[in-house]
Amino acid sequence: MTPLTGFLLVAALLFAIGLAGALTRRNAILVLIGIELMLNAANLNLIAFWRYGPHPEALTGMMFAIFSIAVAAAEAAVGLGLVISIYRHAHTTDLDMMNRMKG
Amino acid sequence: MSVVFYILAAMTIAGGLAAMLLKNTVHCALAVTVAFSGLAFLFLELDAQFAGFAQILVYVGAVAILVVFAILLTRGSETPKDSVYSKNWLAGLVIAAGVFAVLGWAVLQSAAVLPHETATPTVTVLDIGNALMTRYVLPLEIVALLLTVAMIGAVIVALHEKTEAQ
Repeated sequence: MTPLTGFLLVAALLFAIGLAGALTRRNAILVLIGIELMLNAANLNLIAFWRYGPHPEALTGMMFAIFSIAVAAAEAAVGLGLVISIYRHAHTTDLDMMNRMKG
Repeated sequence: MSVVFYILAAMTIAGGLAAMLLKNTVHCALAVTVAFSGLAFLFLELDAQFAGFAQILVYVGAVAILVVFAILLTRGSETPKDSVYSKNWLAGLVIAAGVFAVLGWAVLQSAAVLPHETATPTVTVLDIGNALMTRYVLPLEIVALLLTVAMIGAVIVALHEKTEAQ
């Protein structure tokens, strides 16, 4: 097993864990954490391909990962703001209880 | 494959699993911090120092604190009486297992054609700064705008509603 294969398998497993969490947990904050785990797994793929790819001095994968981290941070801030707003309105963060689109 | 890689991979996967399996939400937030740290160390293991330290600053520093704040503000730290999993948890688990099977199969099938350069890339922070200010200056400005908009948007969304609106 080459090093790149190992990193890709770790990223795939982390992505699957995040996906399972996002699909099965009831707490909205934990669903957001699952999404963050999936984004991080993608970042690990980008960095691994940058490291073992043919032209690391072009910095393509590295830049992609850095911008991805910045966008994920913005996503987390807005997502948690939305969760707090919904909690104020519905007094719950349980996704199974949120079954109305009308306030 | 070095021993360090196996230790860091185990730490990351264990943190991720604990974050998705534990009942107490605060424990989940702490476990996901472990997973984020493990990823940062994996980045350092991949000779991506800048990305590794950015990961520590952004995720272990900012996002983890943000998640803990959100949990405490929403009383999510109370463990619910009934299950912490959704009613259709089996479907989610099957979908995730299927995705992992497909991804793992694709990675193992293409192992022979994947690149495997062994030379350590010599990329300094100066190179990254130069690239950010020349070739990637437009994406950098867009990300700056996005972060500003996200910050203002998050504050406005989470602001108190007017009581007269109810």
